[in-house]
Amino acid sequence: MSVAAQNLLELDGVHTHIGAYHILHGVSFSVREGEVTMLLGRNGAGKTTTLRTIMGLWQASRGDVRFKGQSLKGQATPDIAARGIAYVPESMGIFSDLTVQENLVLAARAAHHAGELDTQRLEWIFGLFPALQKFWLYPAGKLSGGQKQMLAVARAIVEPRALLLIDEPSKGLAPSIIGNLISAFNELKRQRTTILLVEQNFHMARSLGDAVAVMDNGAVVHTGSMRELADDEALQQRLLGLSLGVHQ
Amino acid sequence: MTVASTVRVAASATIPKAQFDWRPVLLLAVIALAALPLIGSPSTWVTLTVAGLAMGMIIFIIASGLTLVFGLMDVLNFGHGVFIALGAFIATTVMGGMTVWAGDSGAAQLLAVFSAMLVAFAAAAALGWAFERVIVRPVYGMHLKQILITMGGMIIGEELIKVIWGPAQIPLPLPDVLRGSFLLGDAAVEKYRVLATAIGLVVFAALAFTLNRTKIGLLIRAGVQDREMVESLGYRIRRLFVGVFVAGSALAGLGGVLWGLYQQIVIPQIGAQVNVLLFIVIIIGGLGSTLGCFVGALLVGLMANYTGFLAPKVALFSNIGLMVAVLLWRPQGLYPVTNR
Repeated sequence: MSVAAQNLLELDGVHTHIGAYHILHGVSFSVREGEVTMLLGRNGAGKTTTLRTIMGLWQASRGDVRFKGQSLKGQATPDIAARGIAYVPESMGIFSDLTVQENLVLAARAAHHAGELDTQRLEWIFGLFPALQKFWLYPAGKLSGGQKQMLAVARAIVEPRALLLIDEPSKGLAPSIIGNLISAFNELKRQRTTILLVEQNFHMARSLGDAVAVMDNGAVVHTGSMRELADDEALQQRLLGLSLGVHQ
Repeated sequence: MTVASTVRVAASATIPKAQFDWRPVLLLAVIALAALPLIGSPSTWVTLTVAGLAMGMIIFIIASGLTLVFGLMDVLNFGHGVFIALGAFIATTVMGGMTVWAGDSGAAQLLAVFSAMLVAFAAAAALGWAFERVIVRPVYGMHLKQILITMGGMIIGEELIKVIWGPAQIPLPLPDVLRGSFLLGDAAVEKYRVLATAIGLVVFAALAFTLNRTKIGLLIRAGVQDREMVESLGYRIRRLFVGVFVAGSALAGLGGVLWGLYQQIVIPQIGAQVNVLLFIVIIIGGLGSTLGCFVGALLVGLMANYTGFLAPKVALFSNIGLMVAVLLWRPQGLYPVTNR
């Protein structure tokens, strides 16, 4: 199999402007199928903008984003989502006034009501996140922060998706909840789900990541394997200004 | 195993139940009961209460589309009144044209009224589609321009109405079958207000069913909260918005027929006259909230009728006063939409 065939997502010299601000300066990296690729970098490096650009929420002014070899440039967000890309934003994007059930029905595009949800998949999701079963008919806005994050991830996987874009899922969560999320992501990883994960929690990044792309000032400054970065403290210092060893 | 049985496992455990917020509904009851000793006569109170509910229902029919349009796309449509005026003028044409045919037959007169509603509904829907495409679409996300251009659209609409129907006021009398009152003890309840209340309840039930029991409704409710996330899930919010705009315009056309029959006189500015009232209702209710719009419209209707009877001079400001009081109690409105 060729290298190009293994790449599910490719960013090639992507520039993004938001109003008068030039945020991404030629971002290039790729996400291989069946792998978890971590997108790391300091605050303001452009990680969230990269995910939003892939989703078409902000349009790239130059460069190209290719998914399964086809350009996503200029496509509207619903068309990009319909290709099988799910997005979990940093804010989680939960519909607070809707119940847990309604949030999941909405995310399952083929289902018109709860009765049409894939039962086996739902049981699998309940296995990953038991709280969602308990709070099934409860307004999502009343859930705790960790439960909301579980719902956000569950929404992304309620139907099979080719690629998950997940933005800082551990942000603001208690360590025990982060442990639950890591277990769930490991389960997704075992099922060969392709994930592009933005994360500031380096313990999570190291335990989940197969590959890594590090961003700084709106550009990718390093790509490689997660293991290579995790084992090289000097590289961590240079790229991230810290050592993964002290962030466990 | 079905989804129901999958989640039934949890149903046997203690599932936290979401509490419905009854306080705004109780406020309605409190205001109605508080008015009783002030009015004195129970029969007058019944008459005023039914009149207030009927007025509130008509306002709800007109305003329900406006609140969803604002909630979904942050579009401030100050031109909503043109759909009301169109509905009212179409009623003068349709009912005028069917008067001779209907003659003394009550059923035929009712058919004329319902025909007027149907034609007004369809015409306002068509105008709403054109209005969204030509006037609203170029100014998405630009509030100041939305205010200016939609007001401009309403002025043009009013002028076009003058071209078609003339600038003079046109009487829109109630047909004989809707004149007069039912007697409930000593209380006289006007037949037309009962009909308006019934139509308002049907519209509310249809909206509540659509919003709470269908996927389209789910999308609308979600879109009001976070339209970007709805798009990220793969749905075209703009297409949905056009549908809501058209439906909202159609309801305003229907409301225009009811409002015209309520006033019994139709002028080109009939829509502009209720515009302020509509915005008071959707602000009181919580922008984007259909239930809030419903309760807010009933509050406005009741207050207008009670104060109109008790202190006519105060009635001019009663709705502004109501809005101030509600916003002091709940700054986001009676049923605020989360995430807004």
